[in-house]
Amino acid sequence: MLYATLGEILTEKSGNLNLGVEGLMFMGAIGGLLGSYYYELTSLSPSAFITALIALLCAFTTAAFGATLYGILTIGLRANQNVSGLALSIFGTAFGNFFGEVLSISAGGYAAVGNVTKNAFNKGIGVLSELPYVGKILFSYNFLVYLAILLSLALAWFLKYSRTGLNLRAVGESPATADAAGINVSKYKYLATIIGGGLCGIGGLYIVMNSSNGVGGVWVHNCISGQGWIAVALVIFVTWNPARAILGSIGFGALSVMRLYIPLGISAQLYELFPYLATIAVLLVVSMKKGRKNTAPNSLGIAYYREER
Amino acid sequence: MEPALRLVNISKSFGDVAANSNISLDINRGEILAVLGENGSGKTTLMNMVSGIYYPDSGHIEMAGNVVAIRSPRDAIDLGIGMIHQHYKLIEVFTAAENIALGLPGKLKLDRAAIVKQVIEIAEKYGFSIDPHKRIYEMSISEKQTVEIIKALYRGSSILTLDEPTAVLTPQESQRFFNILRNMRNDGKAIVMISHKLNEVMELSDKVAVLRKGMLVDLIQTKDTTAQKLTQMMVGRTISLNINRMEAKLQGLRLKLDAVSCIDENNTFVLDNLSFSIFGGEILGVAGISGNGQRELCEVITGLYPLKTGTIEYFPPDVSYAVNLSGKTPLQIRRLGIAMAFVPEDRLGMGLLAQMDMVGNLMLKRYKNGRSIFADRRSPRYMAENMIDELELVTPNVYTPVRQLSGGNIQKVLVGREISSNPTVLIAAYPTRGLDINSSHTIYRLLNEQKDHGTAVIFIGEDLDVLLELCDRILVLSDGKAKGILDARNTTKEELGLLMTQESSTV
Repeated sequence: MLYATLGEILTEKSGNLNLGVEGLMFMGAIGGLLGSYYYELTSLSPSAFITALIALLCAFTTAAFGATLYGILTIGLRANQNVSGLALSIFGTAFGNFFGEVLSISAGGYAAVGNVTKNAFNKGIGVLSELPYVGKILFSYNFLVYLAILLSLALAWFLKYSRTGLNLRAVGESPATADAAGINVSKYKYLATIIGGGLCGIGGLYIVMNSSNGVGGVWVHNCISGQGWIAVALVIFVTWNPARAILGSIGFGALSVMRLYIPLGISAQLYELFPYLATIAVLLVVSMKKGRKNTAPNSLGIAYYREER
Repeated sequence: MEPALRLVNISKSFGDVAANSNISLDINRGEILAVLGENGSGKTTLMNMVSGIYYPDSGHIEMAGNVVAIRSPRDAIDLGIGMIHQHYKLIEVFTAAENIALGLPGKLKLDRAAIVKQVIEIAEKYGFSIDPHKRIYEMSISEKQTVEIIKALYRGSSILTLDEPTAVLTPQESQRFFNILRNMRNDGKAIVMISHKLNEVMELSDKVAVLRKGMLVDLIQTKDTTAQKLTQMMVGRTISLNINRMEAKLQGLRLKLDAVSCIDENNTFVLDNLSFSIFGGEILGVAGISGNGQRELCEVITGLYPLKTGTIEYFPPDVSYAVNLSGKTPLQIRRLGIAMAFVPEDRLGMGLLAQMDMVGNLMLKRYKNGRSIFADRRSPRYMAENMIDELELVTPNVYTPVRQLSGGNIQKVLVGREISSNPTVLIAAYPTRGLDINSSHTIYRLLNEQKDHGTAVIFIGEDLDVLLELCDRILVLSDGKAKGILDARNTTKEELGLLMTQESSTV
């Protein structure tokens, strides 16, 4: 979920509101799964490193492809971003499920990646995870988790301290100003949207490879099940701040698994409401606050025409 | 000395209107050149060509003896030309330093400390006061302007063009700003300043270029001229339009504004202690350079703009009591049975729905009439057909979207609709802007008819000739203050021009 949030932060900072995160996650999930599945089929001695790398690359490019479509629609053709995003959501979901089913059927009803891939995605950090107490809590997750944390810190640095990041934020705040300062607005928007989309795809890959119920690495129909939408909400929850996204996704994660740990005697459906209630609460607080430091990029969701000055 | 920039025979037209024709001008280093002219005289167009926003239709620009093509703001920046627009292009949530460094090439890591240091160096050199860490949305207008200027200097601009830089500054801020401009001039920068404030031009500039109707009237040394002479050059002589003006048959007080003040979102006064009365059967002209409170005046009367202090009273005909309009919404005003008609400046934005046809647009103001739950489309259709005959409106049929009509016809639809409600007060803001002579005269005729019916007409205009010929009295607005109400039959354009351009501090 953190990946998808980071991807969406990057996209939104360029002024594009991509509601297609759900679809992109589906695309990334199936792309990555297919990638390592076929690698394992064709390779005689699959290596954990290569299978992980292939899965990542495939997930990233498949979702980036979806984001490119969205980019062409909204940046090139200036279509409505909300509609395009919703269309991408539907498209991506169907894309994922379609190829997921094809994969299952072609493999005789059940297709799972081999143990090498499973291990690559489900192993903690070797020795460290066996440390008493802290080992289980801090080092037992797969490498994607640590990569995500590193990535969010890197993104936070990029947006705040790099020249390119400054330019990107300018594009999202006021494309006309950025244009007048000689920044190539379209280029920034495309790159942010595509890279952001690719990150969403890795988020999808994580879900499909590491389902908490122990059946990682196999296609489960509708496996993303709304997590993309939570990511969109999470972007608002963490007020477009990548570093805060780490805490945000842990918090949201906690809220969504709460029913397993804190029995309140209410139905499971009510538990599932909690992340969304939290989002609404945050939106209220953010909009009531006077400061403008933590709000959405100013021209979020608005297409930019140079001629319309 | 070689001029920093030389404009040679520059012409530019928009459609049929020549905004600039054959202008040749030298811009020298170490000199402040003021470009003076009325609205629509082509000052801003000329400067936009220098800064790459427009490209001239003919003529060329030379820099150091070479012809240069300035096709985009980027080209202008590369040539060292910085333009400070009237509307600042800054990113609100960024700090001053971030805005200044925006879009510049450099290392991946943004070295904020180095930028801040350079900004402070520039500021000290010319006497700016600036806090590079302050965010734009926390800044006052003059601070924002400072950021814009430093941004241009930081990019190495040696030629600066400023579009009415003091329009938004207080007199004290203006003085400080002039000192900075003088420092920059003494540093060898070429400065071009668009202005229509005569006092400023006289005080600050070395040379004045006067534009009128797109042509360069004169280029003179400031010390060789006077404000009086400049006014004369600026307004010039134009062919008389011969608008028929009837004697006013005054019908008694209709509308009275008492000490009306309004503030905008920056907390500056857009209307400042404004008081006047208007009677039925007269046309009150409002003169002034646009943006001096005209829009707010129209909107505060019609209930669209929030009133800060003061009262607006309406006196219905044939009764002796007054109705207080202060702070009422347009709907409340209509419910009081007051027929107030408003022809806004922005025809297709505020006046009409561009996508809708004539019938629909006429319905907008009357769809609540009648008892049926269905809207009555038939009577507006008859109305539209009548209007086409009466006003010589040219349109394929009444169902053509008004967007596809010409400017003059659009305005006829709007004025026709407003008049059809038999108003007792009619407010028309720049009703003939962009219209050809014939359409303009139809509009003047309609306004005159209304006056004859005993309507109180408020006419906001920019062409002083028209104001003088059409109106009975003329109110001059400057900085949201009334500079005087003149009898249109016994005044001159020069008098109006002087009142319009007077600095508020000198009154």
